[in-house]
Amino acid sequence: MAAAQPLPETAPLPETAAVRWRPRMDERRLALYARAWTATTLAHVVPFLLTAAVLVVIEPWLAPMSALALAQAWIIPELYANRGAKVVRPKPRAGEEAERTALGLLGDLVGHDARDLHARTGLVLERGRLGTWLVGEAGALLVRGRYVHCFCVRVDHPGLPSADRVSHLLLALRADEQGFATVANQAFAGARWRVRRRIPKRMRPALDAAR
Amino acid sequence: MARLIRMDRTGHTTLAEWERTDQPSIDAAVEAFRRELDRGYLAMVSTGPGHAEQVRELPVDADTVILRLPISGG
Repeated sequence: MAAAQPLPETAPLPETAAVRWRPRMDERRLALYARAWTATTLAHVVPFLLTAAVLVVIEPWLAPMSALALAQAWIIPELYANRGAKVVRPKPRAGEEAERTALGLLGDLVGHDARDLHARTGLVLERGRLGTWLVGEAGALLVRGRYVHCFCVRVDHPGLPSADRVSHLLLALRADEQGFATVANQAFAGARWRVRRRIPKRMRPALDAAR
Repeated sequence: MARLIRMDRTGHTTLAEWERTDQPSIDAAVEAFRRELDRGYLAMVSTGPGHAEQVRELPVDADTVILRLPISGG
């Protein structure tokens, strides 16, 4: 007689069937992604820093070239962070009435504090087992300590109001957090301060609240 | 009165309402529910703060059943 298989804590998100080649996201895999992004950043930054140092040591007149190398070392991680921050940038709005109706439904799904934060920032804060999520209309940020993972994920319906897009993602996240993180494409993982600089100003209080 | 609602371009649309003691209203809701699932919608019910569950049959006892579209990585 075969041993009984443990039941999953939550039913897997049906959308995971479309990405069955991806391993299911979990704590260990997230940590691995974070380390990989850190290694990628270092691989880009360190050679430019070394170049900058060597240039001025060899010949002080090469200081302008050294400054250019330093600029590269700064700009490249910023470009990556910018790519991550893009996942929560606002998209064009549907009609006002549809937005109001959709906002009413979203308001029913979240508590008072999350509703208030969404009104101010456009992001819904949702605490999960993997970390604290900030859900936007076409992506989500997962805050884990000093790290932020930027996930690009959306509902494929161009005419939906913004708040409905958030509701779609929120319901999927609540049904299966790991499945949600599996389906989503990870655009960036890196330091909170780096992502904070690249998201719109009005969204920054949401990132500050996600501790 | 329980509701079956679909998120769509209008914000949301109430497709059916039913009373637990009113069988004809339940039958109409079940029919609407199945029709939307056949169109590719996924049905969700809230199961407590921060939790939701996908359902494949209309949960007659639920207050609100929300129909959403599938998500994908962008």
